[in-house]
Amino acid sequence: MIVILDYNAGNTQSVKHAINRLGYSCKLSKDLNEIQQADKIIFPGVGQASVAMKELKLTGLDKLLPKLEQPVLGICLGLQLMCEHSEENDTQGLGIFPTSVKRFTAQLPVPHMGWNCLQFNNKSILNKVKPSVYFYFVHSYYAELCDFTQATATYDRSFSAVLQKNNFYATQFHPEKSGIAGEQILKNFLSL
Amino acid sequence: MLTKRIIPCLDIKNNRTVKGVHFLNLIDAGDPLDLAKLYVQQGADELVFLDITASNERRKTLVNLVQKIAQEINIPFTVGGGISSVKDVRSLLKAGADKVSINTAALNRPNLIKEIADQFGNQCVVVAVDVKKIEGNYFVFKNGGRINTHIKLEKWLHTVETLGAGEILLTSMNQDGTKDGFDIELMQLAGMSVNLPLIASGGAGRASHFAEVFKKTKTLGALAASIFHFGEVPIPELKQILKQKNLPIR
Repeated sequence: MIVILDYNAGNTQSVKHAINRLGYSCKLSKDLNEIQQADKIIFPGVGQASVAMKELKLTGLDKLLPKLEQPVLGICLGLQLMCEHSEENDTQGLGIFPTSVKRFTAQLPVPHMGWNCLQFNNKSILNKVKPSVYFYFVHSYYAELCDFTQATATYDRSFSAVLQKNNFYATQFHPEKSGIAGEQILKNFLSL
Repeated sequence: MLTKRIIPCLDIKNNRTVKGVHFLNLIDAGDPLDLAKLYVQQGADELVFLDITASNERRKTLVNLVQKIAQEINIPFTVGGGISSVKDVRSLLKAGADKVSINTAALNRPNLIKEIADQFGNQCVVVAVDVKKIEGNYFVFKNGGRINTHIKLEKWLHTVETLGAGEILLTSMNQDGTKDGFDIELMQLAGMSVNLPLIASGGAGRASHFAEVFKKTKTLGALAASIFHFGEVPIPELKQILKQKNLPIR
C-alpha cells in the first residue's frame, strides 16, 4: 500500500491524482500503524514549516518518520522538513538530511516559481530522466548542498533539488506538477 | 535556468470557456477541461481559470470543475473568481488547485492576503491587479474593472507584498483586448516596485509581444486567452519563436 501522509499540509489531492494517473492506488493517512505497514510513503507539503512541524508533532509523526525503513519520498516542504533546521520561523526539522534550509536573498524575485532544470550528481530516482527536462518549483526557502544532494538546481545560487539518504528520497520541485518528467520520477520511486 | 512561463487563461461561465471584452459580448470557446488538456499537450507552463459565473451556485460548480481538472492535469493551475474567504480557498485547494487568485476581495479587505498566506503559504496567493493609466499614473480598479479605487499601483503592490502575496497577475486595462502588445512601461514599473514573480496580462496579439515583454521587463510569465483559444498564436510555435530569440523557454 502506498500512503500519502495526511497532516493538513496542502496539496495531498494533487499527489493522489498523480499516483492514480500512473495506475497505482494510494491512501491518505495519519494513522501511525497504517503508515508503519505501508510499502511506500509520500510526504508532501505546501505551506509553512513551523505550522507543518507542529502538525507532525501532534500526530507523533515527527518520531516515527526518521525511523521508517521503507522508501519515503518528501516533496517540497516535505524535503525541507526532512532537514535539520529551517530558517522559516526558526523551525527544528526531522534531521534526516544533515543540512539546513535558508531563505533566498532578494536578488531575484522570491518565491522561486516556475520551471527550472537540474544538474545531476547521481541518478538516484532520476533514472530515465533526461538532463534537458524541466521541473516545476515553487518555494522561498532552499536546502543547502550536502553529501546527500543527488541533483542541484540554480536560482540565485545552487541548492539541493533532489536528496537521498538510504531509504529517504526528497525533491524540492513538485513531480506531481511537472508533466511527463515528473511522472517518470514518481514511477521510479513507486517501482523501487 | 528558470524559464519564462506561457500561461493560457480560461474564463469560465456556467462550466464553459467564454471570451469577451470586459466580460461583455461573451463568445463560447469550448469545454474548459478539453481546452486545458490541449494546452498541456501543447506545452503550456501553467493554466489560469477565472470563474465569472454570477450565481450563488458558483462555489459548488467551481469546486466540482477544479476536481475534474486536477484529476487530469499534470501542470500547476490557478483558480480565481469571487474568492473572498479562507474557507473559499481551503475548498479550492482541497479540490486540487495549486494557487488561488484574488482581486476585488483583497482590495476590500487587504488582510485576506495575510490570512491565506499564513494558512496555506504565500506561494498559493496570486493577487490579480487590474490597472488603468490615467494622466500618466497607473490606478488600481476593482469589480472586474468597473470601479476605480484611486489607489496608485506602486502603493498597492507594496501593500500586497508586505501582506504575503506570492505572485502578481497584472492586467493592463488599456491594452486588454487590443492585441497591440503588453504594456511594457507598466511591467517595468511593477518590476521596480516589488520583488515578487510578475505575470503580464492584456494586449498579447503576436509572438513578438511575448518576446518584447520578456526581454524588456522582469516579467516571469505572460498570460493570454483568445489568441490561444482561437488558434491565432499556437503555443508550440510561440515557444519555438521565443527559443530562437534566446529566451529561456521550457
